[in-house]
Amino acid sequence: MSADFDIIIEPKKNIGHYWRELWRFRGLLYFLAWRDFLVRYKQTVLGVSWSLIRPLITLVVFTLVFGKIAKLPANGIPYSLLVCAALIPWQFFSNAFTEASQSLISNSNLLSKVYFPRLLVPASTLLVAIVDFLISLIILAGLMMWFHFVPPITILLLPLFFLFALMVSFGAGVFIAAVNVKYRDFRYVVPFIVQAGLYISPVGFSSSVVPEKYRLLYSLNPMVGIIDGFRWCLLGNNAQIYMPGFVLSIGFTLLLMIFGIKYFRNFEKGFADII
Amino acid sequence: MSTVIKVENVGKMYRLRHSSGHRYKTFREEIVGGVRSVFSPGKNSGTTEEFWALKNISFDIKQGDRIGIIGRNGAGKSTLLKILSRITDPTEGRVSIKGRVASLLEVGTGFHPELTGKENIFLNGSILGMTRDEIRKRFDEIVAFAEVEKFLDTPIKRYSSGMYVRLAFAVAAHLEPEILIVDEVLAVGDAQFQKKCLGKMEEVSKNDGRTVLFVSHNMATIQYLCNQCMYLKQGLFSASGNTQDVISKYLMESVETGSADLRNNRNREGNQRITFTDVSFRSIGGESKRSLQCGEDVVMDLHFNVKDSRPVNGLHFSVGIDDHLGQRITYFSNEITNQVFSNVESGNYKVSIEMKKLPLKQGNYSYTLFSTVGGEIADWVKNAGSFFVEAGDYFHTGKLPDSDQGTFYINHSFSLNKE
Repeated sequence: MSADFDIIIEPKKNIGHYWRELWRFRGLLYFLAWRDFLVRYKQTVLGVSWSLIRPLITLVVFTLVFGKIAKLPANGIPYSLLVCAALIPWQFFSNAFTEASQSLISNSNLLSKVYFPRLLVPASTLLVAIVDFLISLIILAGLMMWFHFVPPITILLLPLFFLFALMVSFGAGVFIAAVNVKYRDFRYVVPFIVQAGLYISPVGFSSSVVPEKYRLLYSLNPMVGIIDGFRWCLLGNNAQIYMPGFVLSIGFTLLLMIFGIKYFRNFEKGFADII
Repeated sequence: MSTVIKVENVGKMYRLRHSSGHRYKTFREEIVGGVRSVFSPGKNSGTTEEFWALKNISFDIKQGDRIGIIGRNGAGKSTLLKILSRITDPTEGRVSIKGRVASLLEVGTGFHPELTGKENIFLNGSILGMTRDEIRKRFDEIVAFAEVEKFLDTPIKRYSSGMYVRLAFAVAAHLEPEILIVDEVLAVGDAQFQKKCLGKMEEVSKNDGRTVLFVSHNMATIQYLCNQCMYLKQGLFSASGNTQDVISKYLMESVETGSADLRNNRNREGNQRITFTDVSFRSIGGESKRSLQCGEDVVMDLHFNVKDSRPVNGLHFSVGIDDHLGQRITYFSNEITNQVFSNVESGNYKVSIEMKKLPLKQGNYSYTLFSTVGGEIADWVKNAGSFFVEAGDYFHTGKLPDSDQGTFYINHSFSLNKE
């Protein structure tokens, strides 16, 4: 008899066909992302061009501070290009992570009034960050043309490293989003992580400036492996990947993603009660 | 007909946390405890009290049933709807559902003020479970229903509240799920639009044979729309079955409690130089009444208490009567009748308001009590209670106007003269 029913609701039981359910609601994923994207630049004069201006300014500042003032080595690559190749994945991470970790709280009215797989909310913020990422690629292309820099064939591997960046942002974002529902403290922790992360990740400098004996430790930061990967893809052999550290970074990335989603799913059903 | 919703022994418990205030924690303990509770939520220090918002709820709903859910505030109606629409988990029991469910617990869920009307139609529709094609197909209908054609490209933050509500309801009304769950959302907008909404609800539920669960405080709407009714009382099932019977039971009980104790009502304002303690109804002869009948003479007794050692002077009372829609329909005041009381010493009193030939038509009414002493607010209890008026032979003809012909009666007569 119970086989006739489509939905069985029981306490503490995860919904069967979780991923199929997620797929069924994919339209909503698109609409939530579409809303966030539309809303962001409403009533602004410059509109979407802000997606270009923000990373451009950071790029200029970093090139000046690290390349011209601190005079860090660049292995023969134009310094702004070195920064740009790292800034793009970093900006993606910081956008996606920040937005995803706040997403449940800023959509609390939805969570308490409508049912849908909750994972869609942080996932939709990721979609918006991806659009920003694609826009910021324009800056990179522009710089490469300016310096007459022909990217190596390894550029074809870029999507793979982007996938890793996606996984770090999603894993961390989803975890913080779930914790944030109950403990709003993390609202203050996130900006700090992003700000500090910018300086302890090799964005403004090449990770080769880090002393050899600390490099493995340094690679515990998953963004190190990803940024190195981006540089290697885009700039070729001039930017070497430190292999043991890279494996560690990627391993940590996978772990973070699996843990983040697991944690989220464990507490997903209680969100409406405590948000 | 097949069962589409089967609810077995469902209960929902909330933990109310009472912080143990008397023991101070060091900052370090706070941090350690805090970090610990992040990783194992649930195990928390401090005393918690279990509160069952719903308990032992079981019922079956067949396809095409239109179920009204009634009960006082806090009876668990909304919690039940939230469980059925999967927003929150039951603590125990089991719910089985067949078919696509759409729930409408709020008008305009997910509306974004910065987006235009058109954008919001798509957003809201998709939040409520429509696909993009479905929305596109019904877009014109939605716009026509909401009467906002001219403002489709205006951000809805510039909409009037009426337009906002119309747009929100229009989207919801064009959902086509097999099961529709609606919380009290019709009590918004102007009367004309309410009527339109009601018509739409009727069309959806009666003509299309869809299963509808509907929560409302408006008995007339429930009576009109629903063929079955459930009455929840403090989280428990109190009655279910035929709409008319269940509503009568609910009204009987709510009248009983409606004329009850005000001593513990904390929802009041004023300096409390006098305090309302109780309200009761009786006939002029003194026989106490649980429900009133239209056309009869009634006395409303307001019991109050004066604690002040000084005698109270310039004592004003007023009572506002609201209908089931919350519309103020009449107002009693001893200032208007020039019967202000003075020199009232401490003690318990009752002030009686005599109403001749009650002209209210059948329905539920609520009252607000207000009093001033020497021009200052003494006790003000909004929505202090409610009473039910049964249909009665107001005109002594055995006939009454149809229920949609106005809200009260005036004694009148006709005569014919040649000019």
